[in-house]
Amino acid sequence: MKKISNGLPFMLEALGIDPVTGTKFDPFTHVRNNGRDSRTVILNLSRRSFLKTSALAGGSVFVLGLGTGFRAQDSPDVMETGTREEAVSDSEFRPNVFVALHENGDVFIVNSRSEMGQGVRSSIPPLIADEMEADLERVHVLQADGDAMYGDQNTDGSTSIRNFFDDWRKAGATARVMLVSAAAADWGVPAEECEAENHVVYHRASGREAAYGDLARMAAEQPVPEDPAFKPREKWRYIGKEIRGTDNRDIATGKAVYGLDVKVPGMLYASVEHCPTIGGTLISYDAAETLKVPGVREVVSLPLASASPGFGSLGGLAVVAENTWAAFQGREKLIAEWDLGDNASYESAAYRETLEASVKAPGKVIRKTGDEAAAFDSAATTIEASYYVPMLAHTPMEVPNATAWFKDDGSCECWAPTQDAQGARATVAQTLEIEESKVTIHITLLGGGFGRKSKPDFICEAALISRAVGAPVKVTWKREDCIQFDYFHSPSAQYLKAGFDEDGKAVSWLHRTAFPSISSTFAPGVKYASEGELNLGFTTVPYDIPNMSCENGEAIAHVRIGWLRSVCNIHHSFAINAFAGEMAHSVGRDQVEYLLELLGPSRSLNDMFPEKGPYGENLEEAPYHTGRLRAVLERAARESGWGSQALGPGEGMGAAVHYSFGSYVAWVMRVKVENNTVRVVRADGVIDCGTYVNADRVRAQMEGNLVFGLTLAFNGRITATNGSINQSNFHNYRLLRMEQTPETHIYLTESEMIPGGVGEPGLPPVSPALTNAILAATGSPVRELPVRLA
Amino acid sequence: MATYVLTVNGVEHSVEAEPKMPLLWVLRDVIGLTGTKYGCGIGQCGSCTVLLNGSPGRSCQRSISSIGDERITTIEGLSESGDHPLQVMWDELNVSQCGFCQPGQILTAFAMLRSRPNPTDADIDREMSRNLCRCGTYIRIKEAIKQAAGLVED
Repeated sequence: MKKISNGLPFMLEALGIDPVTGTKFDPFTHVRNNGRDSRTVILNLSRRSFLKTSALAGGSVFVLGLGTGFRAQDSPDVMETGTREEAVSDSEFRPNVFVALHENGDVFIVNSRSEMGQGVRSSIPPLIADEMEADLERVHVLQADGDAMYGDQNTDGSTSIRNFFDDWRKAGATARVMLVSAAAADWGVPAEECEAENHVVYHRASGREAAYGDLARMAAEQPVPEDPAFKPREKWRYIGKEIRGTDNRDIATGKAVYGLDVKVPGMLYASVEHCPTIGGTLISYDAAETLKVPGVREVVSLPLASASPGFGSLGGLAVVAENTWAAFQGREKLIAEWDLGDNASYESAAYRETLEASVKAPGKVIRKTGDEAAAFDSAATTIEASYYVPMLAHTPMEVPNATAWFKDDGSCECWAPTQDAQGARATVAQTLEIEESKVTIHITLLGGGFGRKSKPDFICEAALISRAVGAPVKVTWKREDCIQFDYFHSPSAQYLKAGFDEDGKAVSWLHRTAFPSISSTFAPGVKYASEGELNLGFTTVPYDIPNMSCENGEAIAHVRIGWLRSVCNIHHSFAINAFAGEMAHSVGRDQVEYLLELLGPSRSLNDMFPEKGPYGENLEEAPYHTGRLRAVLERAARESGWGSQALGPGEGMGAAVHYSFGSYVAWVMRVKVENNTVRVVRADGVIDCGTYVNADRVRAQMEGNLVFGLTLAFNGRITATNGSINQSNFHNYRLLRMEQTPETHIYLTESEMIPGGVGEPGLPPVSPALTNAILAATGSPVRELPVRLA
Repeated sequence: MATYVLTVNGVEHSVEAEPKMPLLWVLRDVIGLTGTKYGCGIGQCGSCTVLLNGSPGRSCQRSISSIGDERITTIEGLSESGDHPLQVMWDELNVSQCGFCQPGQILTAFAMLRSRPNPTDADIDREMSRNLCRCGTYIRIKEAIKQAAGLVED
């Protein structure tokens, strides 16, 4: 990892950002740089001397086996566990950093990615076990710390399977090949005559067999194969099946350990009062009353972040106490006077007007085909519409929190629910101005992430406070902090115009988008979106229209902007699909039929991308293809009974389809509008994510994205007054509840294409499918979120 | 500071705490039972749900001084070995995604099944809509409750 010497808090260059202008930011560059290009390091780690120094063997691996992962023994005191750690270091066979085999047959598989509910701990280990021909019942899942030896651990961009599918397979296949070689050598037969199957190697010709555990020592002596052959698809044992969740039992019994549950001996509890605006300063404060709160130990003033705070600590006044509640109470008694700075002028209502003005005028041309202006002039009819989506907050159920222990030897050990442990390690090291090697990041379970926990600001806080007070410290953000000091999803305005010929066929398309860029969080003065952000559903519009112009308008940020599940696809898919619904409506056509006409014939759209796909996809193997878009839309329509359902009064059906993160998703919603309220009666979702690993977790992500999408469509709105966020908790930033959740049907496309993403692609088409259903039910379009009926 | 004796999962704990300290933080930070989660602190989300004499309560809204001799059950005490039908069905149907809200969901479901052993869909919707899940596991929670109700009945 590269470091920046100018004190910026993160490896901006590694992220593809110019630290001075911030203009090159691409949230997915790091996926390409550190993703497909970084191959799993296959080493034979079986030599004990190496093992002793490896992060896996030497760190505090407090995670236990399959079905007991992240489990604290009798208390959540992570320092008291570690028996499995010895089991791993005692394992006779460690062909690479991901797999260990003990003589007793126990297999340990290291999961290096962060589990935030997407199911990675129930997907990667079975995938490795499958290629290893290991019996999943005998596999123990261990959680890695943040360490470059594991390759890319940045759990973000729906990459865990799609970018590393072959790497995980190779980790397992290496072990299998070495076990087979060991047996063959022992028996004096050619390895080609031997076969591994479910924890046993067989030589069928002679009827000999050997259990994996018995082969462990000999396997460790075998050469590491450079290019081990993968199992044929028809022999897959776990891949593509419904696989039970690794942590199910611990979750259901309260034993699962999230960041918030970490306890270190002698630990103090802290909570930080932040400046209400980004870039403000502290004029003065009085902590006298705070220090009188029983249980409060001290108040630490942390340096405040600049207006481009990046991933670093926001700073503020940290109240350090003997328990979380005392720290919260202490904050209530603080008297602080802030200079709110330039961002105090931020009013989200006025800001909306500037965004809308930005897209009324021509913008920076991002994509142009034909002559859209001339085509509008000669069109038989035209329509236009403006769309608005407000700021959104992530609100994972587990608030940002971290535990840090800055020790006397100048090292810092952290436990955190982080999506990006290596990034956190680098940022904490820069914050403390110590060597990265002195920072340890233990990845706990995440109580939800959605992109919020990619940013290590809260971990830096814990590290700074621990150093200041000389004790381990757990920092807990209140829910109010989580909402008001989020890295918000950008507010956006969009303008679209379409021209039609006499038959109602679209001949011209103009789309303008304006939203503050994520780059602004890292560098001041950013006015335009990055190429990466615009490729998230905007530039990549798949429609077959001869004249098109896609333009980006200016927008300046006043709060920290970050990525939220599926990022800019949220607003781009909403506007594009909702406008397509309006186009169909305006020419009196069926929505699905019209969407299919817009998508045009089945064809590759790879020529949109001169170099590489917007998500780092392997476009040669899996082209961006309208055939797959058409197929998921057609299936969603068929399964939902599109066109054949008898709809009652106030009922309507709507459809939307979108490509993101290498996967294709369509939703059809059926709504009933009554007494000026909308109820979703039924939702049918289809995902084509190519080859998938755990069918159950793919379904779960579709179900979750439906609820996430309906939440933002019905309720999602963050506003600001005087630079401060108006919403504070779940009473005014509401989430969908069970009674609002529709009957849901999910369908997975059977495919042998390379894997696409799963955690995010289900989200973008949810809100426009809903608004298209409302359009069908009421005849009135919905042009802003959250939905308000005309 | 005052001393309180709490009965949690059948075990008596003598606790020194401020009278206004919410039960949530007493359980988590003082006694060390972290299965009860902090989600909002204002009684909106239900992540901190515990049973008080068998009825669901928001532990973030109950001060320790208000507990008296009410018996407290947390997720850790729902069953001896984690095999209550609700816990079994939560596992079998892979209900959890991140899992953070699920202890509160399970305890809310447990209390509902005590008063309504055969809940209708509308009953489940109404009772379980007290609890938030950001991952959106509502569909499976509902199904798991229905299947667990069948097991409880048997």
